[in-house]
Amino acid sequence: MRTVLCLALIVLGTSGGELSVSHAMKRLGQLERFSPRSLLNFLGRAFRATWFQAGIALLALGFFSLLALLSWADVSFVIPATALSYVAGALGAKFLLGERLTPWRWAGIVLVSAGVALVSLS
Amino acid sequence: MTAARTLQWKTYALLAPMVFFASSGNVLLGKGMKQIGDVRGWSLAALGAFFLKTFSNGWIWLGIGSLLVFLVSFMVVLSWADYSFVMPVSAASYALVPLMSRWLLGERVSAQRWAGVGLICLGVALVTRTPASGEGWS
Repeated sequence: MRTVLCLALIVLGTSGGELSVSHAMKRLGQLERFSPRSLLNFLGRAFRATWFQAGIALLALGFFSLLALLSWADVSFVIPATALSYVAGALGAKFLLGERLTPWRWAGIVLVSAGVALVSLS
Repeated sequence: MTAARTLQWKTYALLAPMVFFASSGNVLLGKGMKQIGDVRGWSLAALGAFFLKTFSNGWIWLGIGSLLVFLVSFMVVLSWADYSFVMPVSAASYALVPLMSRWLLGERVSAQRWAGVGLICLGVALVTRTPASGEGWS
């Protein structure tokens, strides 16, 4: 039961967090130059964005749930099992971020999910 | 080289360290947490002791360092690439995690898990047939 609860928190935190971070980064615009100065400036602007902060809070929730789960379960079970968040993420990208998912991309995501399910079964 | 193609290669150049540091970060955290052991009860004192033990472990800090490099690569790549592209491609780390778990942690990885890893790699290969950014669609 505690494993299922931890997995649910990891999936919710990871997908929600990554979608928020993705939204924040798109609003910031593409990083054009890779000098340390422009990278630091870019990161500074990102850290002040509300969507980014919300994303980090959700990712932290997922991260601490992952730490807890790793203390009693094998890493080669835990990490593949948390990949359920990849399916939630694909749906979020389509419906929340409005991204275009072609049949190729869907097929790839379905295969990744099938692989994850296979890897997670013990 | 067209702008869309340059963007695609720039995306791969950032996805490679992203996948590597995500995998190594998780494996290092796993190694650290195994040293620390199970959470002993949910009282404030027990949780406090657990957190103290966690954050005084060197493997945990190496894991956190790796995940920070991952986070910065992730942020930069998402400033232009679709999340629905980056997210499944980063699943390539699932192929690396069983390998690292086997080599570094000595965990047993079954044939079934290896088959899953194969499917994931195939899925990643399909996703990389699509443009990394919505701007690349013609």
